[in-house]
Amino acid sequence: MEGLAESLKLLFTFDPYVYDIIGLSLRITGVALFFATIIGVPLGTLLGLTNFKGKPVVTALLYTGMGFPPVVIGLFVFLLYSAVGPLGHLGWLFSTRAIITAQTIISFPMVAGFTMAAVMSVDKNLMKQLKALGATGLQASWAAIKEARVGVLVSIIAGFGAIISEVGAVMLVGGNIEGKTRVLTTAIVLETRQGNFGVAIAFGIILLTITFIANLSMIYLQKRHMFE
Amino acid sequence: MGRKIKKSSFFTGLLMVLVLGLLLVGCQADGVNDQVTPAPSDISNKGTTTLFLATTTSTYDSGLLHEIIPEFEAKYNVKVEVISLGTGQAIETGKRGDCDIILVHARDLEDKFVEEGHGTERWDVMYNDFILVGPEEGSQDIYDSQDITEALNTMVDIMEEEGMNFLSRGDNSGTHVKETSLWEVAGIDDYNHREWYNSLGQGMGDTLVAANEMRGYTVADRGTYLTMKGNLANLEIVFEEDEELFNPYGIIPVNPDKHGGINHEDALNLVEYITSPEVQEKIGEFGIEKYGQPLFFPDAKVEYSK
Repeated sequence: MEGLAESLKLLFTFDPYVYDIIGLSLRITGVALFFATIIGVPLGTLLGLTNFKGKPVVTALLYTGMGFPPVVIGLFVFLLYSAVGPLGHLGWLFSTRAIITAQTIISFPMVAGFTMAAVMSVDKNLMKQLKALGATGLQASWAAIKEARVGVLVSIIAGFGAIISEVGAVMLVGGNIEGKTRVLTTAIVLETRQGNFGVAIAFGIILLTITFIANLSMIYLQKRHMFE
Repeated sequence: MGRKIKKSSFFTGLLMVLVLGLLLVGCQADGVNDQVTPAPSDISNKGTTTLFLATTTSTYDSGLLHEIIPEFEAKYNVKVEVISLGTGQAIETGKRGDCDIILVHARDLEDKFVEEGHGTERWDVMYNDFILVGPEEGSQDIYDSQDITEALNTMVDIMEEEGMNFLSRGDNSGTHVKETSLWEVAGIDDYNHREWYNSLGQGMGDTLVAANEMRGYTVADRGTYLTMKGNLANLEIVFEEDEELFNPYGIIPVNPDKHGGINHEDALNLVEYITSPEVQEKIGEFGIEKYGQPLFFPDAKVEYSK
């Protein structure tokens, strides 16, 4: 009961420690999602609209990426940015940049995969018509993305859901440094370990609410899309 | 339209159920743990009892417990379950009655633990020492310091000049508590507001890895540093052997009157065993073969006998 009272107090008094971590989490995940989108949407569109040799392999790789354990990606990014690693000279390990890298790699296959499914469902006749009217490949792709915009948006939300609640990779590459790389999930781990259940519950409520809203909006968008 | 409103209120309801569920889990946290407390009667193995020992990562990771516990188990026909945590958390585990005995290193917290009646009595077991580690270059000035105050101030000057980092465990562990007291001794009271201070909230191993990667400084216990030295190419000992850096370990049986199901008998057996001259000698020899120096120094002033 103590924990609950404390968590509500922290949330309603806008405790700076709690709200700084919420802000940082959303900022980091937002930037990662931006990169995941500019990689994932074009990739998904390409796979959805064109046929080329080796496409099944690329698609299989993408699906593998969607189910890849995030902590292994964390390990990969850690080794990449480690002082003795290939990009060690950048000094990015234990910074927000390392977290953004890991989160981008975790989420872009998801964005690409869902985008692919969305553009594939665009009416084939429309694509033929566009080509007949002399649209370039790029113009036709853009039209397909616009037509499948709801599906594309759903793909981005799915990517968001995958990374906002991820803890293993973020702990590994970010280091959970207070005020620098401590995000919602790593803060929950730390506070629980120390027995500060009130703070942990407060973070839990926030994280749950954020992911719930994301999933809810995804479901609504998909529903609307079906009736259109 | 009407359907839509109904639906959104359904989802709002669902959200509330979820949040409430989470809250309930949180509320129960205190109560649930009483039930989790090990009950010796659960053990099917005839005659064998179980002892839950909450201890710090340093004793566990160094391998000391693997060295001394098996013999204890054989001698007293008991199975020891070791819960390896930070000191703060280990003490918390004892307060909640989730273990039978604690072996930790944070003198003030230990005394408070006994004073508040959570533990019966504290026994000296051994001590190890803390060291200041960091990159080798430029560390000679720190090493030549007269005492910890001068060493820390020199280190801070270097960090501010070179834009380097200090990595703190920041997890309320014994090592973290010690580090905090060192800043106070050195008169650097605003340490956690300085640009170079990084509070990780992670274990000793994680913190050493971070210091190694960031070419930063940290306070570590000698045992963990020596066991991990092979993987810490960028870290050297930059200051050591100051009286302030000694780190005594105490063992405290959890008070059986505070919680049900506490295995007090085996807890006392462990105290008797660990303070005995034979085991004390073993503690003093542990690590010499592998690291060329002991990791812990025996410190039992009283030999406990039931």
